[in-house]
Order: sequence, then C-alpha cells, then structure tokens
Amino acid sequence: MAEAAVLSTGSSAPPTRRRRNWVPYALLLPGLLWLVVFFVLPMVTLASQSLQEGNVDDGYTFTGNVGIYVDALKQYWPQFVRSFLYAGTATVLALLLGYPLAYFIAQKAGRYKNLVLVLVIAPFFTSFLIRTLAWRTILSDDWFVTTWAQKLHITDLLQAVGLTANDSLLSSKFAVIMGLTYNFLPFMILPLYTSLERLDPRLIEAAGDLYASPWQTFRKVTWPLSLPGVVAGTLLTFIPAAGDFINARLLGNTQTTMIGSVIDSQFLRVLDYPLAAALSFILLIVIVTMVSVYVRRAGTEELL
Amino acid sequence: MSKQQGKGDLGLVALTKSFATFTAVHPLDLVVPQGSFFALLGPSGCGKTTTLRMIAGLEEPTSGRIRIGDSDITDTKAYQRNVNTVFQSYALFPHMSVLDNVMFGLRRRGDKDAKAKAKEVLELVQLEQVASKKPTQLSGGMQQRVALARALVNRPDVLLLDEPLGALDLKLRRQMQIELKRIQQEVGLTFIHVTHDQEEAMTMADSIAVMNAGRLEQLGDPATLYEQPRSTFVANFLGQSNLLRATVNPGGTDHVVTVRAHDTDLEVSREHLPEGVRDVWLGVRPEKLRLGEGGGPNQLRGIVRDVSFSGVATQYSVQMPWGQELIVVQQNDGTARAVLGETVTVSWAAQHGFALDASQDAEAGAELVDDHG
Repeated sequence: MAEAAVLSTGSSAPPTRRRRNWVPYALLLPGLLWLVVFFVLPMVTLASQSLQEGNVDDGYTFTGNVGIYVDALKQYWPQFVRSFLYAGTATVLALLLGYPLAYFIAQKAGRYKNLVLVLVIAPFFTSFLIRTLAWRTILSDDWFVTTWAQKLHITDLLQAVGLTANDSLLSSKFAVIMGLTYNFLPFMILPLYTSLERLDPRLIEAAGDLYASPWQTFRKVTWPLSLPGVVAGTLLTFIPAAGDFINARLLGNTQTTMIGSVIDSQFLRVLDYPLAAALSFILLIVIVTMVSVYVRRAGTEELL
Repeated sequence: MSKQQGKGDLGLVALTKSFATFTAVHPLDLVVPQGSFFALLGPSGCGKTTTLRMIAGLEEPTSGRIRIGDSDITDTKAYQRNVNTVFQSYALFPHMSVLDNVMFGLRRRGDKDAKAKAKEVLELVQLEQVASKKPTQLSGGMQQRVALARALVNRPDVLLLDEPLGALDLKLRRQMQIELKRIQQEVGLTFIHVTHDQEEAMTMADSIAVMNAGRLEQLGDPATLYEQPRSTFVANFLGQSNLLRATVNPGGTDHVVTVRAHDTDLEVSREHLPEGVRDVWLGVRPEKLRLGEGGGPNQLRGIVRDVSFSGVATQYSVQMPWGQELIVVQQNDGTARAVLGETVTVSWAAQHGFALDASQDAEAGAELVDDHG
C-alpha cells in the first residue's frame, strides 16, 4: 500500500532510491582518501624503507634486507620490553585512578557532571610537551613534592623497589611512569565514563535487592557491564604510551629509554632510516598482536 | 498498631518519608498478612512506590519502623533483607543468561541447589526453554516473567511488585494478571503489588490499600472498597460514582435513613451512612441505577442526553432537572433501551447507595482514573 502511494506521487521515487545507495559511499570517500594519503601510503613507504640499504648522502636502494629486523630486535629488545612494561604499569595505574573517578562522574556527579568532565579534559588545552615539562618542575629536587616525599620516606621506599636510583624523584622510572599515567589518564577516563554512564542504576538496585553486597554488586554487575569501557580505555592508554618518546626523554634517564625515543633518534639524529623503519614496524606488529589477543580474551563483542 | 501481628506478617508502623520539599508518605500504619496478595493502589505520586522502596530497603524511611513477624528490619540494608522486588523496568542483568539472572540471588547466598531451583521456577513461569538466552532476546512479556522468576526463586518473606505489568499491552496484561494470581496461590508467598490501575488491583488482590497524597485512604477487600467507599476519592478512583448533594432527615428506621436531595426524599441504608454527619454526598454506582420505576422511593426523572453502546452494556447520561448528569449503565440483557432525548425514570435500591461526608470534594480522584486497565 505504501508502495502504491509512493508510485502515485510520480516518477521521482525510483531515482531517489538509486541515489540513496550512493550516499554511504560518498560519505566514506573523504575518510578513505585521508587514510590512503596519510596512512596507507606512508605505511607502504615505511615498509619499503625498512628493506632498503644505503645512507643519506648516497641515497637508498631496495635490497630486501630482512636481516635488519633480526638486528633491530637483538640490539633494542630491552627498550621494547621496557616500553611495554612502563606502558602496562601506567595503564593499570590510570585504570585504578580513572575508574572511581569515571564512576563518580557518570553516576553521582548529577548537575556537576559536565563541569567535572571539562576539568578532566582541561589539561588538553595546553600542549603535551608543556604538561610534561611541568612535571619536571613538580618532581624537581627543591620542590615540596620531593622534600615531602623524602620526609615521609616515600623516596626510600621507591628506591628500595628500584623505581628511583637515589633520593630524588626526577630522572627515574618512577617519573616516567607517573608522566605516562598523567598524560594518558583522560584517554582512560572518557571511555570508562561513556560506558558507566550507560549503566542503569536500577541494575545496581536490583543486585542489592537480590542479596549482593556492594562489593559483589561491583564484581558481578558494574564491572562486567563496564568492560567495553575498560577495554577501550586500556587500549587508548596502552597503545600511545608504548610508543611515547617524550616522557622518557624529559622525565627519565639513560636507563629508562623507551622504544619511541630510540625510533625518534634513529630517524632524526642517527639518520638510519631502515633501522628506524624496522623498529617502527616491530612495535606496530607487537602492539597489534597483543591488542587482538587482549580484545579476544576480554570477550567484548558479546557485551557491545 | 494494636492489631495482633502474625508470624510472617509485614508490619509498617508510623512509616514516614519526607524529601527536602515535600512529604511523600505521611505516617503510615499497615499490616499485610502473611501469604496474602496485597495491592497498594493510588494515582502516581501518592507515595505507593516510595512505600514499596522503603520495604525493599532501597529508600530510607524518615521515621517509623518496618517489621516482618517479630524482627525489625528498618535498619538493615536491602541486600540483608529477605525481601525481593520485581522492578517496573524489570532490571534484568543484560550480560547474563536468563538462568544466571534467576540464579543470581541464590548464588549470593551460596545455595548449592541454585541451578535446580532456578530451573524449577523457570518451569513455573513457563520459560524453561529460553533459560540459556539473554534477556534482550526475549519479548516484554517473557522478560516480565524472568523478573518474576528471579524474585520468586528466593522464596522471600515478602515479594514486592512495582507496577510489574505497566509496560505490557492490554491483552498480555490480562493474561499476566491471571498468571500472577495463579503463581501467588501456588507458592503462597506474600505479594505486595503496587499499581495505579484500579481494575488490576481489584482483579488480583485479596486486600487493597488505597493511597492518596501520601496517606492511606481506605483499606479493605475489593468488594467492600467498591460497594462502601468511605471517601469521595475512593468512590471516584475505584470505578465511577454518581454523587448527589443531600441532607440527612432526622429519624428513620434501624435499617434505612431518608435524605433530602434536590427536593426529593431518597432512602439509604443506615450502615452506609457515616455517624453524626448531616450534609452528605449520596453515591450510587452507575450499574446500580435502573431505567424505569423500581417500586421503591429512590426515583429521579431526567432526560437522556447521551447513549453509548459498548456491546455488553449501554451507558446513558441522564440529565436531572437541576442540571447534573447521572451516568447509568444498563446491562445489554434484552430490556428496552432508551433513546436520546427521552424522559426516563432512574431508580435504585436503598442498599445500593452510600453516603459520604459532604465536606469532601465530589471530584476527588475522578480526574486521576486512567482507563487503560
């Protein structure tokens, strides 16, 4: 009946239908173009770069030198391991800090919700570099944070567990991990907020009504229902943190170099493009592998 | 409350809930006998849901006590109470299967037979075949039954139902009303059913507490509430009522009193007249009115202004000489029908009338009735 009505309005109906089929593709086009120019092409260039030999002055030629990947791993595996360790620790810390905060904003903040959200995002109004430099001041030896930490023997504790080398806070593993945690915390909070915001508070009431203590309610209802946010948040924190090269350079020492810094210096200072490209590719492959295993283990597709 | 409280009866003693700007529940005293199907009926905002949430432990009373049998549960948390709720929105856990939803309460208490018990209850609500599905894969009616099963399986002292049928369509709601009643009789648990639907309350409940503006209006079994409402609110909220302004004549017999309404003397049973009141509303239900002379003194003449035929019955609107229109519902049992504009006599028996204190608003509760039930 609806069809008949459409037909009777005139011949304009069929073309409309045909045109509509084009719309999704037309809308995809700008994004696809962007990805081709700024992602696919550079990736192909990078891949071919990693298999070239030569130097900057004489130019590079493609030789298919796969051995560079083995050399890169042999030489820089400690930096790889360190990067994933730091990024993993920072991700866990960000989750521990971010989850209660996201829960509060989503479920309890009421009319202050937007204000608190703005406060979470506010640091983004200044540049990443400046924020990290600010941490140098915060953790510097003569600032109260360090002197208080010394008085409270926190520095001793950090030294005992090997996170710092002496009684200052700056230029240590501790400082790098703190910097990573701080810089990527909003990436953790926002996805967590989104998924906790969707959590129906009546489900929490229902769990309580069915004899679940507050802790059981969290474990059986709140946590599983917020898993999509946890997965998204941890990925958005872990992936950029693993490749980060600013925090390690500004807040660390020579013993805390992360793989991002190595790639950075190979590209821009040593000018060993093939090695830098190979390192980038290894980082990429390891991250993609870890992420796909993680996402599958978390079983989020069922929750979404 | 002076009433003797039984072993598993739920008792509310001067239970009150005030929010910052208003009082949702004024001191409320109520005893719900163990094993009864009890309805809390009232329009939205009358405090019935707040009362329910206080019993469940989801809302803290401002004052007053809640008892189950001899134990005072007022200060316990929701998860410590042997009380379960069927939520209006069902609040089923979307990440768990139907079976896991139903087992949730048993598991929290470490019940070893959780699975067997859950399956048994799913059978009771006829859902054993969807046990492994997720709640979102089920229809509204099925979700409703899962919510019921999830609460029932714990065999709580009191099972609370918060407008459980509100989201279902009319046909399904009728079906579930019968189903709920059957299940309640089968398991023998105390059900407290919160609803704004008077028909639903009357169909299912053994006793009904009618609430209005945070206070208990009247408590009784459905028939008593309907036949002998004690306030204009109850008279209008439970079904329709024709209310005539009248003055009680002195004297009368032990059984019957005459009242004067619009220069006509009418009779009403003495037991349906509140003590010591002179100005009254004389009420008669539309289906108690007859077209034609009934032989008794209760007769009024008027003109038919509206006729609507609904199959089972015909509803007339009969205008009295003083302008008021009386609603008359006549069963479609073969008696002659009146036509529009005809002058008719409306009559009723003395025992079918009831008198209410005239200081009340005759329209109270009438505008709140929603007819979807």
